[in-house]
Amino acid sequence: MTGLLEPHAIGQSLTRLDGPAKVTGTAPYAFEQPVGDPLHLFPVQATIARGRVTAIDSSAAEAMPGVAGVLTHTNAPRLASDEDRELWVLQSDQVAFRGQFVAAVLAETPEIARHAASLVRVEYAEEPHEAELRADSAKLYAPDELLAGEPTNTFEGDVDGALAAAAVTVDQTYTTPMEHNNPMEPHATIARWDEDGLTLYDSTQGAHTVRVTLAPVFGLDPRQVRVIAPYVGGGFGSKGMPHAHNVLAGLAARMAGGRPVKFALTRQQMYSIAGYRPPTIQRIQLGAGADGRLTALAQDVIELSSKIKEYAEPTGKGTRVMYAAPHRRITHRLDPLDVPVPTWMRAPGECPGMFALEVAMDELAVACGLDPIEVRVRNDAEVSPESGLPWSSRNLVACLREGARRFGWERRDPTPGVRRDNGWLIGTGVASSTYPVYRLPGSVAMIRLLGDGRYRVSIGAADIGTGTWTALTQVAADALGVPCERVDLRIGDTALPMASVEGGSSGITSWGSAIVAAAQAFRDQYGTEPADGAEVVAETPDNPDAARFAMQAFGAQFAEVRVHVDTGEIRVPRMLGVFAAGRIINPRTARSQFIGGMTMGLSMALHEQSVMDPRFGLVVNHDLAEYHIAANADVGDVDAIWIDEHDPYVNPMGSKGIGEIGIVGAAAAVANAAYHATGIRVRDLPITADRFLS
Amino acid sequence: MDVRIQLHVDGEWRALTVDTRTTLLDALRDRLGVMSAKKGCDHGQCGACTVLLDGRRATTCLALAVAYDGAEITTAQGLTNGGMPHPVSQAFLDHDGFQCGYCTPGQVCSAVGMLDEVKAGQPSYVTRDLARSVELNDEEIRERMSGNLCRCGAYVNIVAAIREVAR
Ligand code: FES
Ligand code: FES
Repeated sequence: MTGLLEPHAIGQSLTRLDGPAKVTGTAPYAFEQPVGDPLHLFPVQATIARGRVTAIDSSAAEAMPGVAGVLTHTNAPRLASDEDRELWVLQSDQVAFRGQFVAAVLAETPEIARHAASLVRVEYAEEPHEAELRADSAKLYAPDELLAGEPTNTFEGDVDGALAAAAVTVDQTYTTPMEHNNPMEPHATIARWDEDGLTLYDSTQGAHTVRVTLAPVFGLDPRQVRVIAPYVGGGFGSKGMPHAHNVLAGLAARMAGGRPVKFALTRQQMYSIAGYRPPTIQRIQLGAGADGRLTALAQDVIELSSKIKEYAEPTGKGTRVMYAAPHRRITHRLDPLDVPVPTWMRAPGECPGMFALEVAMDELAVACGLDPIEVRVRNDAEVSPESGLPWSSRNLVACLREGARRFGWERRDPTPGVRRDNGWLIGTGVASSTYPVYRLPGSVAMIRLLGDGRYRVSIGAADIGTGTWTALTQVAADALGVPCERVDLRIGDTALPMASVEGGSSGITSWGSAIVAAAQAFRDQYGTEPADGAEVVAETPDNPDAARFAMQAFGAQFAEVRVHVDTGEIRVPRMLGVFAAGRIINPRTARSQFIGGMTMGLSMALHEQSVMDPRFGLVVNHDLAEYHIAANADVGDVDAIWIDEHDPYVNPMGSKGIGEIGIVGAAAAVANAAYHATGIRVRDLPITADRFLS
Repeated sequence: MDVRIQLHVDGEWRALTVDTRTTLLDALRDRLGVMSAKKGCDHGQCGACTVLLDGRRATTCLALAVAYDGAEITTAQGLTNGGMPHPVSQAFLDHDGFQCGYCTPGQVCSAVGMLDEVKAGQPSYVTRDLARSVELNDEEIRERMSGNLCRCGAYVNIVAAIREVAR
């Protein structure tokens, strides 16, 4: 157990330190970094889903004035490692998915590059492909492990026996579609080679992650790669790892004679290059007594992966911690297809998995004639069902109860389809939410006393809109026992010490723990009257309590839904999230994180679906006019609150990650409210008007 | 084909050469280094590139620069209030009406233009009584700001910020 920092700056609602630069648009994102005399890159993408490039005619492009070069697999510099096939760019004639880079044009202006790219003629030998996730696929296989090393299967007790003996059962299949992260800032890189190596101004969730991933690909020592990313226009997972565009920019820069190469993906290109959440098919079986207590819990997941790089979405991860049951089974099977490579998208695993589980729990409540909150309370897990460890803190029930009170739940008539207002059917729904407390190893913080009495705190961390600039300044201030004005934080650059990726809601835990360790070392070494220039470095320590406790944040999501009787139009006037996520570092930015996640969850519930045409292996709705994300008018009164939670075991701040939990369960709350409004159970996302018009 | 044009950007005349295919957005970003207008989609689908163009909000990715010789452009960078932040920018800051900030300059310009439209009595899709002056309630703000997408999901705070300025 760590002594928690005494909160002075922590808990204050500071406005964002990077806010003035962001509201005026002067904070430089990757593509906006000033570089002299750049060349512009535009790619050519494969128009087949599988096969080989047999010929490329780039003569017309090369003849165009202003074109500096055309890259193809025949002339691109050789890469050093093919371990990650996603990053094996322009190294062979093989085409593994539609949209793969097969060539690129370097030119003096973006207009010339784009026009010349359209003149490159590519011929292919096409081979048969498969691009549709199928539950009956013959290729289904069990991966060795899931995304972050989680086990593929859980087998505990006798699920089938318990189901057969159960007084009440639910046995349904739920699906979630392919979804694209779509950060507002398209993935972009400026790449430059010089005698020291490769410099990238990149839009990434981890400057150091890009460095350590790309260095071996280019055959470089990590010290020869510099990555700079102080401001990032969102990521939601798709900027967690470098993708093929980073490699292509690096290859092009190597041929650019020292000139910087600017490369921003178009919105359309992002649909095949930047990753996405794979679709899932989930069968859930619940067995319970008449009192709603679970005796059996099974979740069997079939999900998409890509043939060239396995991606195993940990869909059942949330189910492993949510509810107690003596007999449990959780399995994952992958269907590897000739499609672009999936990646992390906000709460990978919990987000799709908890949609299925939490709709199923609603169905269980209906089957038992119990209130949906009561069913969840009765199945609250006293210890972590999988590990048997006690919780460092678990306040799911408190969140459900507080939310019920604020949302007006006690007046709720459970009968579906009976509340009508002027042609609209009205309902309310609830769902549980959870997300783990992750601490990634290896971050290092450096603290140095500057001449002006301020402390420079350096760590190569990222702020993708999460508020890192502000929150880490607050953590450092309390760790050093000084006001925020005396902290000069530096992040977003590999010239700063190592930092783990901004992913898994792990940032504040991982980086903050390193800063607290460095501050402690600083005081131990120099006392309270250090000399100017005094300096220490310290690494994120291991958490000895991690072996003793299971650590998760929990929450409860509430939604009110209106469905129009004649048109099936669905509106969500109200959402409330109540979270138990340890100590909140900055209430202002924390609330934004929560409601931002919930808003994305609403978007997932009602709008989001990448429509794969299996004949071509193409996402046909590959832009923001056709892939719908929630717009302002789709969002009503969304609010998030949190309960006071004291957890001395998670980290010295007492905080749990909050970037992802807001999306978990949100779509289920909407689906459950839609059922309550209409009596129609929607088990396949997104929930569109046609579901209510049969 | 290259053409010489002049643009009055954030209070300053700028002369530049553009390809006739260059959008106003790329003219600002790639030719003039004015990065306040953002590129989110390049297709008029997201609003990130919104500026005030001759006083009205416009998506610059859908405008060809050559057609705007002599135009007056105000980006969020140029929106100031005598050296102080513009009230709309300040309200975005106070209400945390953004997270990553990438949609934000477009949101701010859009809000400024939208408030002028309301002042001029222009109705929207959700305006019920066309005969009376527009009452800028939350529904009106949401409708009128729906051309500006925010993937971070800051809408609730954006509406709060604009509501405060409109009061
Ligand atoms: S960049 Fe102009 S509307 Fe999206
Ligand atoms: S603040 Fe990130 S997209 Fe709006």
